Amino acid sequence: MTDVSYQDQPHEAEASLGDYFALMKPRVMSLVVFTALVGLLAAPVSVNPVIAFASILFVAIGAGASGALNMWWDADIDAVMKRTAKRPIPGGKVTADEAKALGIALSGLSVMMLALSANLLAAGLLAFTIFFYAVVYSMWLKRSTPQNIVIGGAAGAFPPVIGWVIATGSMSVEAWLMFALIFMWTPPHFWALALFMKSDYDDAGVPMLTVTHGRRATRVHILAYTVLLVALAVGTAFTAIGGPVYLVVAVVLNAMFLKGAYDIWRRDEDAALADGYAVEKSFFKLSLLYLFLHFGAILVEAVLPAAWGIWT
Amino acid sequence: MSLHTEHELHKRRKGRNVGVGLLLGGFVVLVLALTVAKVTSGDFELPRIEEGQ
Repeated sequence: MTDVSYQDQPHEAEASLGDYFALMKPRVMSLVVFTALVGLLAAPVSVNPVIAFASILFVAIGAGASGALNMWWDADIDAVMKRTAKRPIPGGKVTADEAKALGIALSGLSVMMLALSANLLAAGLLAFTIFFYAVVYSMWLKRSTPQNIVIGGAAGAFPPVIGWVIATGSMSVEAWLMFALIFMWTPPHFWALALFMKSDYDDAGVPMLTVTHGRRATRVHILAYTVLLVALAVGTAFTAIGGPVYLVVAVVLNAMFLKGAYDIWRRDEDAALADGYAVEKSFFKLSLLYLFLHFGAILVEAVLPAAWGIWT
Repeated sequence: MSLHTEHELHKRRKGRNVGVGLLLGGFVVLVLALTVAKVTSGDFELPRIEEGQ
């Protein structure tokens, strides 16, 4: 692979190891590692630390592989959008074929190794997640329906389920609750981004809700999904993966999140333009903290069971 | 034929080769550690040695 690329590319464009790493979407990978680890530790079964470490690593590699496949497929629209124009392929550092080869090779490696380190069900789920993100979302939904983010969000929601299955070898309601949290969180998160990235998706011809149904409809959708998410997130406090720490975190964060969604819904484009989309941008930042702290709280509830033993 | 000066490209190639080497070495160590973990623990649990045996 590399020998061919040496001949194909001008020397200035030769990729470094970091460029290949960037293909794997390291920021998305870090979220995948964190949520999968929480899923693994929240499960009521202890896992050998070496097996746990290796399994989470293979999940991360699988996520990276699907990121590389996404970059291969989306190289044309990445070049058009400001936010993604500097990614390795549109930036001229890595060829699309190299990204495809890396994605396919790492997909196979990660699934095979997860089957060996954990179990077949976890490996099957990882394979399905890679397929869902690379094929169902990237190749099919993203360019064909404004519901792309809603359905595609499932791909990002699988890691805690995989973590749970690594530990237990089976699925349960708690695992799907964590799935639902990320699944319901994804649309408002990305729609807020679509509101303040303005023309990006328009230019690329991606049918985001802002493009197909307008910005007013997007604001309504953000509020509607947030209301559903709030009910789900707070309700999770009263399940086996919840507890008092989670409840406090969830009540505070969901109050803030609901207020943010309400503010987005209440105002129009003129008001948003006047302050440079300040409300939408702060909602987007809050959404990152929101997910991180919810899963952090689930983790606290999982690793400090003795301290909160009275809560069941 | 010999290169007298080291081009920036060579540094980058060397960096990439060393990186790939380290990754492969790490993978070998990981597989070894996994193997040890698998053969010394039964089904994700430490082996329980029954007393008196």
